[in-house]
Amino acid sequence: MRTTNKNLAALALSAVLGFTGAVSAATELTMYYPVAVGGALTKIVDGMIEEFEVQNPDIDVTAIYAGNYNDARVKALAALQSGKPAQLSVMFSIDIHELRDLEAIDAFDDLVKTDAEREWLDGFYPALMENGKADGKTWGIPFQRSTIVMYYNKDAFRAAGLDPEKPPTTWEEFAAVGKKLVKKDANGNVEQWGAMIPSTGYPYWMFAALAKQNGEVLMNQAGNETYFDKPGVIAALEYWQDLGKKYAIMPEGVIEWGTLRQNFLEQKTAMMWHSTGNLTTVKNNASFDFGVAKLPGKKELGSPTGGGNFYIFKNSSPQEKAAALKLVQFMTSPKQAAHWSKATGYMGVSPAAYQTEILQDYVKTFPPAAVARDQLTYATAELATHEAGRVRKFLDDALQAALTGQMSAKKAMEDAQAQARRVLRRYQ
Amino acid sequence: MNRRLNLKAWLLMLPALSLLIAFTHWPTLKTFWRSATWAKSDVAPSQFVGLENYGLLIEDPVFWKVIENNFWYALGTVPTSIALAIAMALWVNGKIKHKGLLRLAYFTPTILPMITVANIWLFFYSPDIGLFDQLLRAVGIDGPNWLGDPDTALGSLMAMTIWKEAGFFMIFYLAALQTLSPELYDAAKVEGAGPWRIFRRITFPLLMPTTLFVLINALLNAFKLVDHLFILTKGGPNNASNLLLYYIYETAFSFLDSYYAATLTVVMLVALALIALAQMLLFDRKIHYR
Amino acid sequence: MSTWLQHLSRFSAYLLGILWVLPLLYAFWAAFHPPEYATQFSLTAPLTLENFVSAWDQAPFYRYMLNTIVITTLILVSQLFVCTLAGYALARENFFGRGFALALVLTQLMVMPEVLIVENYKTLSDLGQIDTYLGVGLPYLASAFGIFLLRQTFKTVPQELEDAARVEGLSGLSLIWKVFVPLAFPTYLAFSLVSISYHWNNFLWPLVVTNTVASRPLTVGMAIFGAPESGVDWSVISAGTLIAVGPLLALFLVFQRQFIQSFMHAGIK
Repeated sequence: MRTTNKNLAALALSAVLGFTGAVSAATELTMYYPVAVGGALTKIVDGMIEEFEVQNPDIDVTAIYAGNYNDARVKALAALQSGKPAQLSVMFSIDIHELRDLEAIDAFDDLVKTDAEREWLDGFYPALMENGKADGKTWGIPFQRSTIVMYYNKDAFRAAGLDPEKPPTTWEEFAAVGKKLVKKDANGNVEQWGAMIPSTGYPYWMFAALAKQNGEVLMNQAGNETYFDKPGVIAALEYWQDLGKKYAIMPEGVIEWGTLRQNFLEQKTAMMWHSTGNLTTVKNNASFDFGVAKLPGKKELGSPTGGGNFYIFKNSSPQEKAAALKLVQFMTSPKQAAHWSKATGYMGVSPAAYQTEILQDYVKTFPPAAVARDQLTYATAELATHEAGRVRKFLDDALQAALTGQMSAKKAMEDAQAQARRVLRRYQ
Repeated sequence: MNRRLNLKAWLLMLPALSLLIAFTHWPTLKTFWRSATWAKSDVAPSQFVGLENYGLLIEDPVFWKVIENNFWYALGTVPTSIALAIAMALWVNGKIKHKGLLRLAYFTPTILPMITVANIWLFFYSPDIGLFDQLLRAVGIDGPNWLGDPDTALGSLMAMTIWKEAGFFMIFYLAALQTLSPELYDAAKVEGAGPWRIFRRITFPLLMPTTLFVLINALLNAFKLVDHLFILTKGGPNNASNLLLYYIYETAFSFLDSYYAATLTVVMLVALALIALAQMLLFDRKIHYR
Repeated sequence: MSTWLQHLSRFSAYLLGILWVLPLLYAFWAAFHPPEYATQFSLTAPLTLENFVSAWDQAPFYRYMLNTIVITTLILVSQLFVCTLAGYALARENFFGRGFALALVLTQLMVMPEVLIVENYKTLSDLGQIDTYLGVGLPYLASAFGIFLLRQTFKTVPQELEDAARVEGLSGLSLIWKVFVPLAFPTYLAFSLVSISYHWNNFLWPLVVTNTVASRPLTVGMAIFGAPESGVDWSVISAGTLIAVGPLLALFLVFQRQFIQSFMHAGIK
């Protein structure tokens, strides 16, 4: 009875949406995906899916844009639990441990069959695979992946007497350059800040960069231990605080992830740290000459990787899984990855993607497009633990508490560590 | 009382009662039960843990923070909304020019969805580029980082809530004002009472039943209205603007922990029960349900 | 009152009025001007419809709109039916347990469906109604407010009228339909408008219970479309906002007198 109703509903739905002539033998796939940066990304995904369907007439794909990373995970899991179809999804690369705890996903090692497929699995940048691996197996395939890069306003650099081709490469330089870039009006009010690092949305991600630059990581590979209270990590947070408090190159308090791009485009800040996923939108909207650089370093250079991976759900039929694997392979193939990277600013996920004509030409005419890739050498995994949502909130809250001056960096990070330890104890 | 009538009445009640029981009473009971159980994940079977979840609750600093915030949120939005609503109703009911337009202006927020207008408020509150900071700069003041500063974040949310609610409550006062008899006012004027005195001695006391009704609604809304948090602050910075219902949502649908979410919901239910109790004990004699 | 105070009072009234429509005014400003002018105000800014085009392009608004209309209608129709029966029983029937039944109904005034998102979500998931119109509607299909409102109205119907109708041979449902419903028309109108504007704007529950464009209403669609995570573009968001609130706003502007009267009517009860 329920199936009949469902079929009827599906029929009515396809009539409403204007789908025509569904092939009865087709394998139907439903995938959820998130968007966390600007621009009409849904159009680009739809275009890629369409191309896939043309090449594979026996597979029907419904791609569902579900909101941010958290929404995508919740909606995909909700679909699974309530018996709605979902065979694969793009979800946060750091959801891996939680998805495994829920026994929701399959390892790709168990899905690939041919040598060509195994080769494909080995073809990605190793740094991007860090968040996709656990217990020696690969559970997530990199798709919309990014690192944090530094966007800077070359015109502002010139106006301040700085060399626009020499962005700061160390923490000291970053503070010094930032100071020169701060512009004040007659009343002493700031008209242009030196730099902004966002602290809403994904503060833990920005922080991972600072920690890595100070030679620290935030958690272990198994995702059951965090290192928030290490001296090097605390020192990284103190530097972030100092950018506002001591050097005054950044406004104090919390900086909004969502409106930061607008601040940069309106020249309210001369530098910003943001996802490479914003590159194309910035390029299309900047009315001034801008550059993109690797993030500056202290002990070393560094940025976490970020973004979304493909996962394949366990409770699909073998036929569906094979089709899903085909789709993932298509979406991450060098040609598609190159197209995707050019359209968005996200990284080409494999070295082969950067060998394609599209990206070779693009990098030649627009060198910033290669910065994220070059930074991969210094990249680290993004904060991924069991109970990721909770642990992330502990860290986010601590960072915001420190940045708004409610707590010292040390106290905030020690509290966060204690809370994270309490939650993760069960997984050790 | 005859039996046939009895059965017929219950039959008429059946659709309403079955829906209400299925989606209000039964889930309320289940919430209490769930708050006494726990499972490692949604796929694992749950077990009875007694009051363990409540132990976690007491140790959870975020929980105490959202309770505190909800208290301030209620205290900050309820009296102000009511005061503004009364003022608006008096203006619109009085002899002011462009009455119709004014009434329209006050009422507009009621029909705009909070979630979409929140994006516009996000622009108002944006540091440096936002409207409020632009206006302040025009008079030479370096505006605050409204949503990014823990001292102003909750207040900023309250301002939007008041904006949303005052016009709606105005309607109730307007309705009440139109039932007041003009003779009362004529008599007062003959005795030479000033407008403030008239308001204090005649209007305000006569509006009391409306005020109590609005008060209850405003209190309920102080628990219920969290839509703007999704856009404006997500409860940040560091939970400075987090509210109980948003925390319940986060716990259930971000952390996927329905057991702790149920425990938080119990607290909410208890708070609502207290409001209901207060209403029954203190006010019921004054609001006439006929 | 001194004239000075009178002026202050009048000034405050207008100032508040301007403040109250400011968000809407801004939405119009940003929607009809190019993005460069979204945060800068200049009389010479050129007008454009570009933002509406890109908003329309970036999100399936017509589908969201359809969903919202279907959900709102579904809820309203069910509410009117369910609340009429229950309201009549509570007002005109004398039956054992009436007080108890009324108490059960009134519980929902306090324990609003929003509070019970966690359990209701589980229920809907068990029923297989996640991401369906019915799923979005179910917790709201019976409204305590509606029942209470209609009960109060039905109580005012004179007994002689009912007796006369019974003499004419009317009874049961036809009595309700032919006598009580027409007499309560203003109440129905008032309740309908309150219900429509509530559910047109409802967000939290639909957010929880919808997954895809198949059932996602305008509010949830707008939240996803304008999510700060994706970088805020106020011009396009304002255009989207105007598209989303357009129908309700137009309806309201045309019928504002009746609208406000109806709300007042609901308020008096």
